[in-house]
Amino acid sequence: MIETPGLMPTEDLFPIFVNAMFTKNFLLIMFLGLCSYVGLTTNSDTSKGMSMAVTFVMTMSAILTWPIYYYLLSDASILKTDLTFLRTICFILIIASFVQLVEFIIRKFSPPLYKSLGIYLPLIATNCAVLGVVLLNIQEGYTYGASIIYAFAAGLGYSWVMLATAAVREKLIMRNVDLFSGFIGAFFAATMVALIVVSYFSVVKL
Amino acid sequence: MAKKSFVGEIIRGIIKDNPVFVLVLGLCPVLAVSTSFANALGMAMAFTFVMLGSNIFVSLLRKQIPPGVRIPIFILIICTFVTMIDMMLEAFLPPMYEALGIFVPLIVVNCIVIGRAEAFANRNPVLPSIADGIGISIGFAAALMLLGSIREILGTGALKLMMLWSKDGELGFYPLSDIPGFSFVPNPIEFSIEPATVMVTPPGAFLTIAALMLLFKIMGDRKRMKQLKKEGYEI
Repeated sequence: MIETPGLMPTEDLFPIFVNAMFTKNFLLIMFLGLCSYVGLTTNSDTSKGMSMAVTFVMTMSAILTWPIYYYLLSDASILKTDLTFLRTICFILIIASFVQLVEFIIRKFSPPLYKSLGIYLPLIATNCAVLGVVLLNIQEGYTYGASIIYAFAAGLGYSWVMLATAAVREKLIMRNVDLFSGFIGAFFAATMVALIVVSYFSVVKL
Repeated sequence: MAKKSFVGEIIRGIIKDNPVFVLVLGLCPVLAVSTSFANALGMAMAFTFVMLGSNIFVSLLRKQIPPGVRIPIFILIICTFVTMIDMMLEAFLPPMYEALGIFVPLIVVNCIVIGRAEAFANRNPVLPSIADGIGISIGFAAALMLLGSIREILGTGALKLMMLWSKDGELGFYPLSDIPGFSFVPNPIEFSIEPATVMVTPPGAFLTIAALMLLFKIMGDRKRMKQLKKEGYEI
């Protein structure tokens, strides 16, 4: 029997926020969503669009999946049966259909936004950062409020790393350092940024 | 598509289409669980199960799957196998389940598995698909275990070789020296180097894969240079 956490956050929200943004950063420390990271950080405009789209989809999927897990799949739900083994398949379907829906809506109502965001949306459905955040929300047993905060902060953490790395890689590409362009440059840039985060938060305790 | 031998398909998956170093796909589990040799081995086994299962089923159903909705169907097939291995790990190997954590369910969105379903299994009969699955899995496992061993050696100064084995009816990961026939293998294998703890932390993962990719790139460039010189080009 899984006890349903409440709707209003009872946790301390500040550590959750800082953890998701820095100490447990999705890209640098947890290694989630690396495909988009190495693929899209060659240019800061692309990484900006992708970061916005990911932050939005992460927050929305946290809002959608939490009630479905606790009110439909868990054995304390209205169905009174334990369907939690279906969580992965449910979450991936929810995320994929939500992404598809958002794509339709944006294309219809805001063509400029679709131009800047739309091409990244299909990539997000199979981005492990999004599925990771909803699975972690369940695993950590967060309340509804805290899970939304966590997802949003994780999105912000994803965004700043994307932008920081894009800045480093753009410089490397402009200087025409042939050996370090491409994936190798992305990983060396990631090493540097990750070292900064890890060493800073090993000294400054929260 | 040219007819290839079963073994040829396997070798292509390991070297020419190595998922990690050549295709640069599915990096998340590679970097995250390569903290030690044992974790890398556990992840590689879970991955192999899903990869083979999905390749076989996609290939069997390839004439029935409507092209318009093929990706969601692939994801459903993959998800079935992921849920199976997730439950099996939880039941039979709880320590490994704890260590791999969220990365077992995340095999669903692993680009390699979806990529092979789309690019290979959906277009080929069952037998080549099995070969492709085996090859890609071995390539993935090799990359994962190479990374895991390097990080464990540099980070702790020793390497613990583990193997899936059942001892006294308890299934689990045991040191290689406990397994009959392998007792000559020292455990752990000691290396006389100063351990650098940074290698087992996340930045170490990025550093190791960057260094390995750089090494492979330099080696590839050298080979190409030699090839060009042999053909009579001036460089």
